[in-house]
Amino acid sequence: MRRAVIAFTAFMGGLIFVFLAGASTAWAAEGEEVKGTLRIQGQPVAGVKITVATDADAPVGEATTGADGAWKVAVDKAGSYKVTLDQATLPAGKALRDPNRGTLTVQVFEGNARNVLFGLVDANAPPQGQQGDGGGSSYWTRVAQLVFEGLNLGLIIALGAVGLSLIFGTTGLTNFAHGELLTIGAFLAFFFNTVVGLHLLIAAPIALVIAAALGWGQDRFFWGQLRRRKTGLISMMIISIGLALFLRALLLFLFGGGGESYDQYVAQAGIQIGPISATPKSLIAMGIEIVVLIAVGLALTYTRLGKATRAVADNPALASSSGINVDRVIRLVWASGTCIAALAGILLGTTQNLNFQMGQQVLLLMFAGVTLGGLGTAFGALVGSLVVGMFVQVSTLWIPPEMKTIGALVVLIIVLMVRPQGILGRRERIG
Amino acid sequence: MDWTLIFSRAVEAGIGSEAIIYALAAIGLNVQFGYTGLLNFGQAGFLAIGAYAIAVTVSTFGLPFFLGVGIGLLLAVLMALLLGIPTLRLRADYLAIVTIAAAEIVRLVVRSVALSDTFGGTDGLQAFSGSFYDMNPYPPGEYGIPPIIGFDNRSMWVLTVGWVLVALASFVLFMAMKSPWGRVLKAIREDEDAVRSLGKNVFSYKMQALVIGGVIGSMGGFIFALSRSAVQPDLFSTDLTFYAYTVLILGGAARILGPIVGSMLFWLLLIFIGTGMEEAVNSGAITFITVNQVGAIRLMLVGLGLMLLLIYRPQGIFGDKREISIDAR
Repeated sequence: MRRAVIAFTAFMGGLIFVFLAGASTAWAAEGEEVKGTLRIQGQPVAGVKITVATDADAPVGEATTGADGAWKVAVDKAGSYKVTLDQATLPAGKALRDPNRGTLTVQVFEGNARNVLFGLVDANAPPQGQQGDGGGSSYWTRVAQLVFEGLNLGLIIALGAVGLSLIFGTTGLTNFAHGELLTIGAFLAFFFNTVVGLHLLIAAPIALVIAAALGWGQDRFFWGQLRRRKTGLISMMIISIGLALFLRALLLFLFGGGGESYDQYVAQAGIQIGPISATPKSLIAMGIEIVVLIAVGLALTYTRLGKATRAVADNPALASSSGINVDRVIRLVWASGTCIAALAGILLGTTQNLNFQMGQQVLLLMFAGVTLGGLGTAFGALVGSLVVGMFVQVSTLWIPPEMKTIGALVVLIIVLMVRPQGILGRRERIG
Repeated sequence: MDWTLIFSRAVEAGIGSEAIIYALAAIGLNVQFGYTGLLNFGQAGFLAIGAYAIAVTVSTFGLPFFLGVGIGLLLAVLMALLLGIPTLRLRADYLAIVTIAAAEIVRLVVRSVALSDTFGGTDGLQAFSGSFYDMNPYPPGEYGIPPIIGFDNRSMWVLTVGWVLVALASFVLFMAMKSPWGRVLKAIREDEDAVRSLGKNVFSYKMQALVIGGVIGSMGGFIFALSRSAVQPDLFSTDLTFYAYTVLILGGAARILGPIVGSMLFWLLLIFIGTGMEEAVNSGAITFITVNQVGAIRLMLVGLGLMLLLIYRPQGIFGDKREISIDAR
């Protein structure tokens, strides 16, 4: 018991220590402001004028969006403000999704930075709701684009889900803190990138090594100790929720609640490949993801360690009696799982803003992927995640984009009703 | 350092609307998790259903207040049935994942732009609590013990109704758990197969527990909506569920008083520490953090508290370690 206390404290202390160097740079929003980032399909829109006025139409200030699409206007007190986007300054071909919503009235609360979103669309694209009936070439262009984006999302989910699934398979733990492992990876890279000042290509590998060490330490000093104490699985699951809350708040404490981005690869012009427009960075990210996933798959199938991992996942007692060091395997699974999750976080951070909730936001999609593929099977998790990612994006053909996550969650529930063992799972696993 | 302010805020939070909301949410979880061993991670969804039922009925459709209450209870029952049918036959973690997903679906639906005419989008709904406060028997003024506790007449009305609901739910639960029905629930938590072999319909009992817990949770949602006279979708995130679990485990699962004392203590401590730190920062006693970071520290403490409780004292204050079958199916 005492050992566990010491180990636990040391683990948490180490975690705080790692980040404390970054604490000096921690900034939270001081005073009230109105801010936002103008984007269209993930690409920032620069040079758009935005004015802020009080409720009584007294002007407060104006801002022009920067190269990263961000703008902000400080306001001197809490209250109701009118935010107007000057539609004449929008670049050619871009328009507000709803031209009548060029002026938004927002509430700014005491000490808060209020995010204001303007929905933008390509003016050339046909308005929503009319694409479904055509079946012409523009419809199929859209389908191709969405399939591509779905693949992109699915691969990131898969990276997270493989670790989640391996940890579940070898230890039985449903790790609710897995999303935070993504976020930690992204912010570790952010720390080395913007605070230390290394190029992202150098910062990312350093972050991955630290993430792997964190994963190893997490099992060595925390989960491993709990297993030794014979803590129940449900208990561990709730402990992982506590850990998730703790880590998320720690990241909020250190990096504030706003969105951050890396110094490099923020805005890139898209290139056209056949019907698909994509940024070079997303293509490279997808390449990395595919290579890593194939490497994991090959390692699991052909290396001794991979075989040992699958043996432990199948039956820990039998694996142990046939000479496999179960604890060592589990520790390596934690280290590699955390490392891969961190990679997913970093890659996610290059395509969207970093914030302390980014991991939590994809956690349910990872669960969906893992459940769809069959709990505890790494290959199932891979297939399931790709299906979920694809489904989420392609479903925006028929439902509004803000509801796309709902579709995936509904599918998750339906799969559990029809085939609870998932696509590649075996029946006995559901117990 | 204004100690009167710190104590006053802490005590007010300990008996205030937050404590009531979380007590009701945790009582619901107590039926499901504490007594029956069901892992419902979607309690936030049930609260959201309760809160939005009143708000939408009154504010959007202009129908009577009590109809909203009725719709809320009905919808909570429906949601429990909908969740239970596919998952109650499966292992515990499946129920956990399905319920957490369902709660997120509820939140995403009510915050969507497409349905903002009905649910108000991210800004939520206001102006629905008028007829509730019209029933307020307290004449305007300040009530309480002057230096420490002070509530206006509106809060007093919410607190009265809220604590009566808590007492009512607890009393019903107390009687139910002493009955043969309650013993079957506890037996399911201990050994489902044994109960099944005695000829009991385990599925039906679990479903009843899920429904009752969900309905009590939706009552927490009523108080949530009425105490603020507004509903916002993002107040019903999964964190709410996890705080309710912290409250339940702090007080002690499978005990009638557990969730109530847990909730009061949870909010007392949380606000005491939070306000204490804010005051310390404002008065310059603590210089290395800003007031904005105090909120994050409070959240960290909740997470840390939940972990430490489960590791070192899973039975909480009142519980019995043998009864905390944390490895439910």
